[in-house]
Amino acid sequence: MLNHILSILIFFPALAAMLGFIIHKDSIRAYGVAIAAIEFSLSLWLWFSFDSSASGMQFMEHLPLVPAFGINYILGVDGISLFIIILASFFTMIGIASLTDTKNEKNMIVTLLFLQMTMAGVFAALDGIVFYIFWELSLVPMLYIIGAWGGPLRIYASVKFFLYTFAGSLVMLVGMLFVAYFYYQATGTWSFAILDWYRLILPESFQLWLFAAFFIGFAIKVPMFPFHTWLPYAHGQAPTIGSVILAAILLKMGTYAFIRFSLPMFPDASVFFMFPIAVLAIIMVIYTAMVAYAQEDVKQVVAYSSVSHMGIIILGTFALNVEGITGSIFLMIAHGVVSGALFLLVGVIYDRRHTKMMNEFGGLAHVMPRYATIFGLMLMASVGMPLTINFVGEFLSLLGFYKQSHILTLLAGTAIIVGAIYMLAAYKKMFFGEVTNEKNKNLPDVSKRELLALIPLSIITIWLGIYPKPILAPINNSVESIVQLMHDKSITNEAKTRIPNLVKGAEIAKTSEQGAH
Amino acid sequence: MIEPVNVSLASLNLMTLAPMLIPIVGALLILVIDIFKVGLDKTLYVSISLLFLLMDFSALLGSAGVFTQDGIMMGVFNVMLIDGLAILSQFIIVGASMLFIPLALTHKRFHEFSYPEFFALFLFMIAGFQFMVATDNLILVFVGLETSSLALYTLVAMHNRDKSFEAAVKYFTMGALAAGFFSFGAMVFYALTGSVEINQIAAVLAANKYVDIGYVLVGVVFMLASFGFKLSLVPFHTWAPDVYEGASASMAGFMSIVPKIAAFVVAMRLFEFLIHSGVAWLEVVLYTFVIVTMTAANIWALVQTDVKRMLAYSSVSHAGFVMAAILIGTTQSNSALFLYWILFSFTNLGSFSMLWISRQKHLPEHQRSDHTYDKFAGMVQTSPIAASIMGLFMLSLAGVPPFALFWGKLYLVSSAVTGGYTVLAFIMVLNSAIAGYYYLKLIVYMFMKEPIMGNDGHIYVANATIALKTIIGIAAIGTIFAFVTLNPLLELITAFVYNSGY
Repeated sequence: MLNHILSILIFFPALAAMLGFIIHKDSIRAYGVAIAAIEFSLSLWLWFSFDSSASGMQFMEHLPLVPAFGINYILGVDGISLFIIILASFFTMIGIASLTDTKNEKNMIVTLLFLQMTMAGVFAALDGIVFYIFWELSLVPMLYIIGAWGGPLRIYASVKFFLYTFAGSLVMLVGMLFVAYFYYQATGTWSFAILDWYRLILPESFQLWLFAAFFIGFAIKVPMFPFHTWLPYAHGQAPTIGSVILAAILLKMGTYAFIRFSLPMFPDASVFFMFPIAVLAIIMVIYTAMVAYAQEDVKQVVAYSSVSHMGIIILGTFALNVEGITGSIFLMIAHGVVSGALFLLVGVIYDRRHTKMMNEFGGLAHVMPRYATIFGLMLMASVGMPLTINFVGEFLSLLGFYKQSHILTLLAGTAIIVGAIYMLAAYKKMFFGEVTNEKNKNLPDVSKRELLALIPLSIITIWLGIYPKPILAPINNSVESIVQLMHDKSITNEAKTRIPNLVKGAEIAKTSEQGAH
Repeated sequence: MIEPVNVSLASLNLMTLAPMLIPIVGALLILVIDIFKVGLDKTLYVSISLLFLLMDFSALLGSAGVFTQDGIMMGVFNVMLIDGLAILSQFIIVGASMLFIPLALTHKRFHEFSYPEFFALFLFMIAGFQFMVATDNLILVFVGLETSSLALYTLVAMHNRDKSFEAAVKYFTMGALAAGFFSFGAMVFYALTGSVEINQIAAVLAANKYVDIGYVLVGVVFMLASFGFKLSLVPFHTWAPDVYEGASASMAGFMSIVPKIAAFVVAMRLFEFLIHSGVAWLEVVLYTFVIVTMTAANIWALVQTDVKRMLAYSSVSHAGFVMAAILIGTTQSNSALFLYWILFSFTNLGSFSMLWISRQKHLPEHQRSDHTYDKFAGMVQTSPIAASIMGLFMLSLAGVPPFALFWGKLYLVSSAVTGGYTVLAFIMVLNSAIAGYYYLKLIVYMFMKEPIMGNDGHIYVANATIALKTIIGIAAIGTIFAFVTLNPLLELITAFVYNSGY
């Protein structure tokens, strides 16, 4: 069973979702929680059987799909994807468990289970086309979640979300077809296997174009400035569960894909574009932080702050050294936990008051002390306070980029301070002072069901902030082999100096050869 | 005294005619039955047609077997040409027809199906299309084209409605124009080369190194215009939306698939050698046609208020998309054309059948045409399964993986990439993104809007019978599980196309 654990992780929720159609709507919630819990324990099992000392792909599966055109169903995890898969199943579980009263609850839960399938698929796929299939398929459930359960502008928001990402990923698809064609020219066989692509050394000019094609697909998904305009709408209109999954997992697809595709496949282009992308990332950090400060809707504050932190992830990724990339992967997890939790928290207050405007609140700390405590903790984590989970990732990302450029890192560091300003200002408006609004006088504090979701997230936030090693070590191993691969593959002198040589690595090249046979 | 011409029967290779003769015999049989006993039920005619189409299909399997062993066959004074293209396209023609003919078994009674002539004409039409693709003789192409087109005009008109007559007359007028262009183009080529066989024309033109390039271009222009009408390339597409709207939904689905594949094959035979001869002008013209067709049709489709008209424009756009394969002209692109069209026929027949089962005989007051978007508002709440299937077809048409059409698009765009048409590849995918909007619009209506008052969901399946549901089920399964059959299909198509020399 362990040989096929990744396939099980992907298709078990999908099968369960199909069966979900026949379950009576009063019992669907228990069913959904049960399935998601099984899925989560499967993913934990994956972690425990994962060999943390190995850097290459594990649990690989290989099944020919269209061998005539080089498309194979190849799965595998390494330290980079492992924790995002676990995070995805975790958020599906607490998402379903903490789901508040929704109309058409059955459709929602079935959709969430399908979404879980696509999320597991994206992070486990090691074939370009299989990756693309899940990548695109993940849009459909999210389109439905936003479009059917969202706010007044939901249709505009969901269609914009879909079309934006769809257009971007089609450009990426052309890039993939080109890579496969170059592989065909080099070897005489078609292949879309990512590990085969890793062995392909392309001239710099090709790399630049292909990098650009992939970049459009990934940057829209992240979303990077200036492609971020769909996100505030999507978050603003989506129901709580939609925002949580979107921020925690779906956005990570873009940053993950940068590390999985762009960096190892186009090392010279990555170096070439390092500074332009870093500048974009810093604009993204500062600009969205300022926009967040101007918001009156607390959900928009969280949404923009989420975009802002994605900028740090990009910055860490394009540090192109072990610290930076490890930090950015860790920050993906951290950002998932923290912004997921913040969206859940916003959902809690929205359920009670059906408004998200901050001026409607004030002095909530008196009425809802437990809520205020958890919100405060997550807020501190979000601004990157030491001993919380975000700090580790942000620190490593910035440390990594510091080796490439002092000035830009300094700028990004200041941006984190801006982050502290708007977050604290929002907290002040909502929680401190006197209770001015009559409607807030008798608000009930967080319920047991909500605590069920929030307590584990709080524990993770502090635990991994104090002791991040269990996650950092496997990530570090895999990242080292990728950095080494990039160093070995790079052609230009610039890239050779920018990407450090670790010598002891080179294991991924070995595994990729095994994968090819 | 003239010597008697001595032709041995074996040299005629009459077996090449077998697949075409089967539907002709079937059509005659239906007419004979009608002479002896009138007023028989449509189920009889549907079954007979289906049986003969099945026989046709197995005859094709036979010739496919012969082709894989012996290669290209000629027959009947070398007029018939049974190569991989002919066999593949006949598979599509007959296969799609088999999916189409049971759509006559509707719940409500429709005028046209009570005539046995409908089914006889239908089978004659199939034979015409089969002749058209199984020859490289321009005269036989013309005969096949006219046989099938005249039958098709009648079939459209038999859907007894004002709009159907209008559609049929429009189709007829445009078709007559196309036929005129075709014969004129063929005449020019005959005058230049003294032959009406495409391979002879190619050989003679190549031998004299295209000295009469001016006349060749005149011939090409007429041919392009003719195929432009048949394939509904912009700006010759104007008939398509009106005719699709006037014809019954099932007939519209049929028209979007079968006549076009026949025309594609002839276009492939004719234009392939012209493009490879290095006539740069033709390449530019075809390039323009391809881009304008897919882009303009996409933009028109965006603003439609009727789902059927939207699907009509989307079919035009798909035709432009596939025409790119002929422009690229490599083995991969020609294989991609067939792959695309096979997958497209499942999806498109499925989506038109979904419209067909929701066909109302009398429109309520607030509804101006048969299939407005409003009619589908909130469909998921009243008939979730039908809405999901329709959504599936829309996603497939938009090219969302892993549904059928995605694979066709993937392979076609890949052939553009390998053929060196990078810009074209990007234009193709960006068009897919534009197209995503109007397919999504229907999904938005079905899944995210509230139903219109007084709609109890009955209308969505008003016309459904077991037979229709089966066809839709087949189309849906073909759409979802296309990836399972993709590899054998791709290998077969590539082998057939490659062995025919394209």
